[in-house]
This record gives sequence, C-alpha cells and structure tokens, in this order.
Amino acid sequence: MLNARDILETITMIQEENLDIRTITMGISLLDCCDSDIDVVCRRVYDKITTKAKRLVEVGEQIEKEYGIPIINKRISVTPIAIVLAGCLKKEPLKLAQTLERAALAVGVNFIGGYSALVQKGFAAGDRELIESIPEALATTDHICSSVNIGSTKSGINMDAVAEMGRVVRRSAELTADRDCIGPAKLVVFCNAPEDNPFMAGAFHGVGEPDCVINVGVSGPGVVRAALAKAGNCDLTAVADLIKRTAFKITRMGQLVAKEASRRLGVPFGIVDLSLAPTPAVGDSVAYILEEMGLECCGAHGTTAALALLNDAVKKGGVMASSHVGGLSGAFIPVTEDAGMIHAARTGCLRIEKLEAMTAVCSVGLDMINIPGDTPAEIISAIIADEAAIGMINNKATAVRVIPAIGKQVGEELSFGGLLGSGPVMPVNPASPARLINRGGRIPAPLQALRN
Amino acid sequence: MRAVITVIGKDMVGILAKVSTICAGHQVNVLEVTQSILQDMFAMIMMVDIEKSDVPFEQFADELTALGNSMGLSIHTMHEDIFNSMHQI
Repeated sequence: MLNARDILETITMIQEENLDIRTITMGISLLDCCDSDIDVVCRRVYDKITTKAKRLVEVGEQIEKEYGIPIINKRISVTPIAIVLAGCLKKEPLKLAQTLERAALAVGVNFIGGYSALVQKGFAAGDRELIESIPEALATTDHICSSVNIGSTKSGINMDAVAEMGRVVRRSAELTADRDCIGPAKLVVFCNAPEDNPFMAGAFHGVGEPDCVINVGVSGPGVVRAALAKAGNCDLTAVADLIKRTAFKITRMGQLVAKEASRRLGVPFGIVDLSLAPTPAVGDSVAYILEEMGLECCGAHGTTAALALLNDAVKKGGVMASSHVGGLSGAFIPVTEDAGMIHAARTGCLRIEKLEAMTAVCSVGLDMINIPGDTPAEIISAIIADEAAIGMINNKATAVRVIPAIGKQVGEELSFGGLLGSGPVMPVNPASPARLINRGGRIPAPLQALRN
Repeated sequence: MRAVITVIGKDMVGILAKVSTICAGHQVNVLEVTQSILQDMFAMIMMVDIEKSDVPFEQFADELTALGNSMGLSIHTMHEDIFNSMHQI
C-alpha cells in the first residue's frame, strides 16, 4: 500500500523541483522511402512521418494529464537523411529539409532530428551534399536538428570531415546572425554517436533500429539537488547512494511513461535515456547539484570529480529501474541551458578548458557554448577534434555544439529563447591549429578498438 | 483503474465533503482516505476507484483542480501507477 509520505514526495518533486519527462521521441525509419527521384522520396517521407506520428502529440498530452507528470517535448528522430538521399539521381537535400519541416508542423512536434550524416570513416554518396547543405537547411527551418558523426572508437577520426564541420558550424552562424546565430544551436558534431538517443539536437534513428520505436528521455536535476540539500553534511558515499536512489525513482517514472506511450501508440518501446537534462529555469540545473555537493562555483577545481560521481551514480540508480537503457544516459552540461552554468561562465569561474575536462567523465561533450564571432573555422575544427579524441579513446559519446556569436566578443551575450536558453560568449585559445587541421586524413582507430 | 487525489493547503471546513461530492457525482468510489497536518498545512490523500466514472479522466481531474482553485487549495489527481512505479519495486 502506498504511504502518504511517498505520495507527497512525488507531488513535491513534480510541483517544486521541476521533475518532468523531457521528451518522448518517436524514431521512424525512412529506409523504405528511398527512390531515384527526390520528389518521390519527399512525398513518401512526408506521408510516412505524418502517418506514424499522427497521434504522438495527442497521446503524449493524454499521458501527461492522466499521470500528472509534465512531458515537455514530443519529438521525432529519423534515419540519417544522407542515407535516404544516397539513391537519388539529383541530390537535393534542401528539398528533404523543407519536407521534414512541413511534416513537423503537420504533426505538431517540437523538433525532428536526423538531418544527419555518418562519416566517421569517410564520405559515401549523399554525405557531402548533405553536409554542405546544413547551414542553409538550419537557417530556413525552425524544427529541424542536424548532426554529423565524424569519429568513433572503432574507426578513428575522419579529419577531413572535422575540417569541413568547422566551416559548416561557422557558416550556420553567419546565415543566422540576425537571429542570435541560432543555426549552430541545432547542430551537433559527434564522436561515437548513439543511434537511439531521444535528446536533441543529436537525435537520429540508426539503421539497426526497428521501423518505428518510442524512446523516452527523463530529466530531474532539481530533484537530485533538493535531495542533497535535505541530506546536509554527509560523506560522499552517502551522497552517491542518495543520487542513486533519486535516479531510480526518476527513471521508474520514465519507464512507466515509455511503456504507456508505446502501448497506446502501438509502437515498440525502445529505450529510456537516463539523463539529467537541465533547463534554464532556476532549480533545474546540473551545476547547482555540483555546487550543492560542496563547490563554491561550478568550474572550480573538484568539479570534474564531483561530476564523475554524479554521472556514475545516475547510471547505477537508473539502470535497474528500466528494462532497456540507452541513448546518452548521464549528466548533461550544456552551458546556455543551465542557470548555474550560465552564472559560472559569466563570472569567469567556468572556462572552456574545464568544460573539456568535464566531458571526459559525463555523458556528452562541449554543449551550447557561445564562442567569439571572429573564431576561425580551423579553431572550431580543432575544438571538435579534441572532443572526438576524448570520446574515441574513452569509448564514449562526445559531441560539440558551439555557437560562434557573429559580430560579438567575449562578455557579450546570445539569447536563443526557450529550452536553448542564453549565455555569455566564452573565450577560446586564439593560437592557430590551422596546419594540423589542414593536414586532413584520418586519425587511426586506437588500440581500444581491437577488442575482438 | 485507481487514482490518487491529493489535497494540500490551509485547513478549513468542508474539504472532504466537497471533494467527496464531486467523486460521488461521477460514480467514483472512495476507497481510502488519510489526512494529516504537516507544518500547518493540511494534506489529504484519497484513493479512489474511477473504473465506473461517467466522465473521462481529464474532465474529472479538471473539475477537482477547479474546486481547489476556488478554495485556495492545491488538488492533484493522478493515476496510482505513477506512485507505484516510483516507490515500489
């Protein structure tokens, strides 16, 4: 039998500590939409998405109401568009971008992810055309997210793609300079990209996935922080235990919602992504958890250790709560989406070098970081290469989502609105890596790849 | 299907009666009620059976929320599974 304390705890988590389901993401395979005629492909893509996801938003809202748990986003991920494009005689990816945008509007989802290419070992048909079109696709749509996988532990790092992506990120910012450079906020450059990630901007539907699937991403940094605040001065073993217990409860809720959504939509349940995803709302911040653990400010020495403990405890607590765990699963550290990170970046306590170290122990990479508008493409490429190297060597997903603030300098701010938040432009090391980047070629797969 | 109704706010006359009236009006059977005072706040938790309810769940929940708003109380109506899954293994 339920007891009153448990019931009130759940209500407090939802009402006061911002516990929510961050996203229900429907993965849809577009492999059966391929054709040599791009217009036929577009028609099939539109029809398939609007058929499969017709009831997604409605069912999400039903569950939200019945269980009393907010579901912030309803989203779709699709097969990487470069693959869908590969068989077309005329490779016109922008037509597909516009088709996805129309489909997103028709079904009412917040985002469609999957304007993507997987080029960790090299470029196949459609890849180059898609990558070239990313800046324009992001500038002319509002609901499309793009990602490119440029490396993996198994295949090494494609440095030609890294060089290209530096230019693509810059160009995306330039084309949207009049809208606070929002373009690159919808573009993620991955190493070891997971194929079942429900979170944007990096979501896409991998080729090994079923035709249609439901993945759920949970959230709840505020709940973890509140639990730690109540616990007071305990040692770090107790802190880890407390985070595990809280993560378990959060994930159980995600599992319930995922199963229910899957049942009502008649679509198989894929995974629950056990992530602590912050929002700019005060009280929904990963940085504040780290500060609650005992740091004066996020970014101080000790931040990496605290984040490592947090990330590991979230996984340990969550993994037993769900039958299938996947996606990124861990703590997110996007700067502009996290009130505590924004504050730490403004005061100068949190710097890009510290964030890079933090990415070695958490689930993502350098995320939502505004950099000076005059940063050359080679430096952006080098930032991407560094992150990819961390991911490749450590067998983990890493990503880069930096936003060159065109026309702005360190200390000025960009504001994207909504969950993407706002934040200061952070300094980057201006020394040139141009010669390294321009060498091109591939960084060979590391010894870690030879595990057979 | 069972739901949990929680009422949190300042104690006053007639809370239980008004919530029960809405339940009875929709053929919702009250299975169990517990109430307590936590830090000067009144908290009532009601387990109800909504299997035979004559209105959709959303409408039932909205009516209770509206009652709460009119009395300055916070009333939440949620499917019991959310609590079961979070607090029971």
